[in-house]
Amino acid sequence: MKEELKIRTVTGPDGVKFEVDPITDYFCDAPPTVQPAAYTKVIEKFFNWARSESLWVLGFGTGCGAIEMRPLMTPRYDAYRYGVQWRATPRQSNLFIVSGYLSTKTLKRVIRSYEQMPSPKYVMGLGSCTINGGMYWDSYNTIKQLDQYLPVDTYVTGCMPRPEALLAGFEALKKIIRSGNGEGANEYAENFDWYKANQKSVISDWDMPDYNW
Amino acid sequence: MEFEWIQIPYSLLTLFIVVNFGFLMTAFIQKIAARVGRRHGIPIWQNYIDMFKNYGLRTSISHGVMFYLGPVFRLTGGVGLLMFVPTIYGSVMFSNMSFAGDLILALYFVFFGTLGMALGAGESGSPHAAIGITRGLSQVTTAELPFALAVFSVALQYQTLSVTDIVAAQQGGILTWTLFTNPFAVAAAMLSFLGSMMRSPFDVVVAPQELPIGPPTEYHSSFLAMMQTNRAIYPIAKIVIFMNLFFGGATNWPVFFLKVFLIYLFSAFVGVVFPRFRVEQSIRWFLVWALPLGILAIILV
Repeated sequence: MKEELKIRTVTGPDGVKFEVDPITDYFCDAPPTVQPAAYTKVIEKFFNWARSESLWVLGFGTGCGAIEMRPLMTPRYDAYRYGVQWRATPRQSNLFIVSGYLSTKTLKRVIRSYEQMPSPKYVMGLGSCTINGGMYWDSYNTIKQLDQYLPVDTYVTGCMPRPEALLAGFEALKKIIRSGNGEGANEYAENFDWYKANQKSVISDWDMPDYNW
Repeated sequence: MEFEWIQIPYSLLTLFIVVNFGFLMTAFIQKIAARVGRRHGIPIWQNYIDMFKNYGLRTSISHGVMFYLGPVFRLTGGVGLLMFVPTIYGSVMFSNMSFAGDLILALYFVFFGTLGMALGAGESGSPHAAIGITRGLSQVTTAELPFALAVFSVALQYQTLSVTDIVAAQQGGILTWTLFTNPFAVAAAMLSFLGSMMRSPFDVVVAPQELPIGPPTEYHSSFLAMMQTNRAIYPIAKIVIFMNLFFGGATNWPVFFLKVFLIYLFSAFVGVVFPRFRVEQSIRWFLVWALPLGILAIILV
């Protein structure tokens, strides 16, 4: 465990000494619960439509696919037309695009960012690396199948997919959300132990709470 | 003018019109800014969808009481500002509660939301929020200085602090506007206006490229939706003050929409042309360029 995560005694500005346990004091590690669609069918349908038309992407470029997202913000492809916007913080985003290969070191940050996003949230796997490892199929340091670690709603194939493919992926995701099947966050909560076991099996330096949000 | 109960539904009607106008106008301005970059930009109704989506999110976490109150204070600032100035001059329906408050109260409300936000974002514990708040408060404070001087100059010029009386004095045609009778005050106030609109070159406070969007970093779901609602109300409420003090006010809704849009467009045009200032540059800019104009306005009056 890292030095800054160990229990230590701190002197406050008023001279009072108290003990700090970073893992329990700084994080909320209560496991996620299944969040039911709490409204009547009509309202839930309306909300699903609103969710599908307002996809806020977390600006987290994990692999080489991140370069394919830049043309989407600029005049040539302009994804803003379709209600897709980029947000700088996980708290305000609801779509995580895992753009390409994911090293185990990045996976740790991806999990933390994913868990901080408010539910309902969606994950899109971009490129063949997230499906079967792609050209990194025999690498010791990257994960091969993204859906072993996070609940993936849709994949966009290619190495690398063109921005058009990504736009088509957004449209496919919108259909999934509108049909009421975009329940990845609940899937994660239901199979929490399985996901955690998979995550811990590849991350060797697990020095964070099981669930941090 | 005395308080009557019918003014409450009238004020709510004003609020309703302003909220919808605000959502559509900010989207329209964003589309204009996108066209400058040769993009199509967001659909005109996108702001509504974003707001509904944020209200419809299922989970949210709080960091404490002030975290709750931050967006509430901010919304109060926007709504309060709107309520205590006459939206439509001479109209019984849309004068709101303007008989109760004066210019000084309005100035308080301009700052109220920012302070509430500072406390709320401070409690969220995110270092980005703290940095954003520090930058935001120092920038807004210096931007307020020329505006306060301009307001004093206008109050001295008309010998009153009542917004309604100041609008009434400007009702004799375009040349009676403060814009022509006291140009230095208007110039100082419009430069200060740029600083308070959170648009480039003064948007380092919420710049997503520099620090993850500053004060609202930790705000999400319905907290954020409340702040989005305020983003529609607050700029318009502030523009209403500018319109009433400097540009002759509005006597009906079409004139109101046109004037508010043009004043907003001023900051948008400056925003798409000029790159972003760092915070110490913007403070220096306000002190060097806007503040002397404000002092000049006071001396000349």
